[in-house]
Amino acid sequence: MQAQTLYEKLWSSHVVHVEDDGTALIYIDRHLVHEVTSPQAFEGLKLAGRKPWRVNSIVATADHNTPTDHWEMGIQDPVSRQQVETLDSNIREVGALAYFPFKDERQGIVHVIGPENGATLPGMTVVCGDSHTSTHGAFACLAHGIGTSEVEHVMATQCLLQKKSKTMLVRVDGVLGAGVTAKDVVLAIIGRIGTAGGTGYAIEFGGSAIRSLTMEGRMTVCNMAIEAGARAGLVAVDEQTIAYLKDRPFSPRGEVWDRAVEYWRTLHSDDGAHFDAVVALDAAQIKPQVTWGTSPEMVAPIDGIVPDPALEKDPVKREGMERALQYMGLTPRTPIKNVAIDKVFIGSCTNSRIEDLRAAAHVARGRRKADSVKQVLVVPGSGLVKRQAEAEGLDKIFIAAGFEWREPGCSMCLAMNADRLEPGERCASTSNRNFEGRQGAGGRTHLVSPAMAAAAAIAGHFADVRELA
Amino acid sequence: MNPFRKLDGLVAPMDRANVDTDAIIPKQFLKSIKRSGFGPNLFDEWRYLDVGQPGQDCSTRPKNPDFVLNQQRYQGAQVLLARDNFGCGSSREHAPWALEDFGFRVILAPSFADIFYNNCFKNGLLPIKLPASEMDALFAQAAETVGYRLTVDLETKTITRPDGKVIPFDVDAFRRECLLNGWDDIGLTLRHADKIREFEARRRIDQPWLFA
Repeated sequence: MQAQTLYEKLWSSHVVHVEDDGTALIYIDRHLVHEVTSPQAFEGLKLAGRKPWRVNSIVATADHNTPTDHWEMGIQDPVSRQQVETLDSNIREVGALAYFPFKDERQGIVHVIGPENGATLPGMTVVCGDSHTSTHGAFACLAHGIGTSEVEHVMATQCLLQKKSKTMLVRVDGVLGAGVTAKDVVLAIIGRIGTAGGTGYAIEFGGSAIRSLTMEGRMTVCNMAIEAGARAGLVAVDEQTIAYLKDRPFSPRGEVWDRAVEYWRTLHSDDGAHFDAVVALDAAQIKPQVTWGTSPEMVAPIDGIVPDPALEKDPVKREGMERALQYMGLTPRTPIKNVAIDKVFIGSCTNSRIEDLRAAAHVARGRRKADSVKQVLVVPGSGLVKRQAEAEGLDKIFIAAGFEWREPGCSMCLAMNADRLEPGERCASTSNRNFEGRQGAGGRTHLVSPAMAAAAAIAGHFADVRELA
Repeated sequence: MNPFRKLDGLVAPMDRANVDTDAIIPKQFLKSIKRSGFGPNLFDEWRYLDVGQPGQDCSTRPKNPDFVLNQQRYQGAQVLLARDNFGCGSSREHAPWALEDFGFRVILAPSFADIFYNNCFKNGLLPIKLPASEMDALFAQAAETVGYRLTVDLETKTITRPDGKVIPFDVDAFRRECLLNGWDDIGLTLRHADKIREFEARRRIDQPWLFA
């Protein structure tokens, strides 16, 4: 048999039907649902008199609109509250394998709760009305974000209309330096291939540096595959994948577990499999990264400078850089380390898992945030992450450092709740998008790793976490 | 969904790369549980000088005179010229809903983000990829001529410029068929319900852990 890529294995095992032009119907195993992109889909289903095809494929939670403090007061914003209550009533009516509503102890960001509950398993197709669904590819799932019409389509038919993607292998070989994390790796990749570099591709991340990452780290990398333009990111199954999933609430057990594991071990690209594109990075060359612009590809190493648009030859790119620097309030050639910040956000589906919080706490331990920093928010990815962090005493470290320890949710990654930047405020953020207005109208976002975010909080400006003893 | 066959429409230029869906429709408007009414908030942060709130009457808000879609000559535009990677970022279908609600039916760009591209077809909006050189020429012509229009014909897969030049474009046969007829995807897929059931039954046996 011809050598196959992991993507090809996942694709071919889910094809139900193919049209003449190659458009395929692929079967969907897991449908993750949240409050923002589902109400119109539920309504469409109802209006057409249709029922969900397989209710047990649905795992739902409320995460985008939920507040991260004063839960006893409920959701203050009536528009947010209505959206969350609409999800409550839709799930009550339709059903689900699991629903983790606002205030539930297992509530959290949809891309955190799926894996931690074993609701994301290798070999699955996973969809969600959310572009960061690519996160789940860390478990060798074919996972991607879809629009609301597709949410309705999956509910009604358990399938998705798709064209096969091209395949890209991003190899990162070698050993990552101390203080260099999964976030720095993926930002460096995006800096290399650009935000449209992965458009039309499913990206498999491989190489020894990727293999050495924990599952949390792999999720961080796959999470931002979409920021490189790829709908899906993938990492092959290995012993770490299997160990992570053992005994999770929805993981198989007993003899079925053994059968599943046997199958999961086949979920890797075969030796000699052909990729349409291959990109290689040397792990040892990757430094802690900081974005300086309004697109994740506008990124520099911590010891670098804000680039000068005058040196860019492509006029569309040059204008984009000029506009970005104007929005960000930055002058060309400023050392990144000289950029002072107003706020810090540690959280989001990119970096809110236990390992991320440990990395931030490691930097914050015994230190205090700079007086010039107005607010440092630490928002765990789920109720379970929060409980684990508290059991390890991380909350106390953060509070002692002057950080705020909050309830789980998407929070200031996209500022649909009350957590947001004011116009002109500059933020070191562990989230995934530095677009204009993303964290609040007029807000300025710099994407960094959790350790680098904590280091910026302490210093009051960007600082090289490798230099903090 | 409204079918799309042929359109002769006024053209507006959006001359910047990497226009993301957060810019197309900012997050506060995603709190709506409806599919319609997003047009007044299309490009909200660029279009108005204040910060918009959901449910607000936009007719009295201060408009940014420098924003291209606020210029008199582009009022009523149905064809949008864009640059690389249009629609990147969030999967929010509110972005095509807002563009469609505003009046756009066609978007021309050298490249689109995948999820956005896909979402357009579900909403009677036609995204067309053209070579960068063709786009440059269209941007130049649209800037020169007030009232610049293009004829977009999905049946013949061509765009006709006012000077008579015909630009062919490519679109997947299946998507084209759906858009030409305004077909509902779900109805089409359910024609294969037996195949789906068969696939599912096999899967239940091969990988029972997926059906816990």
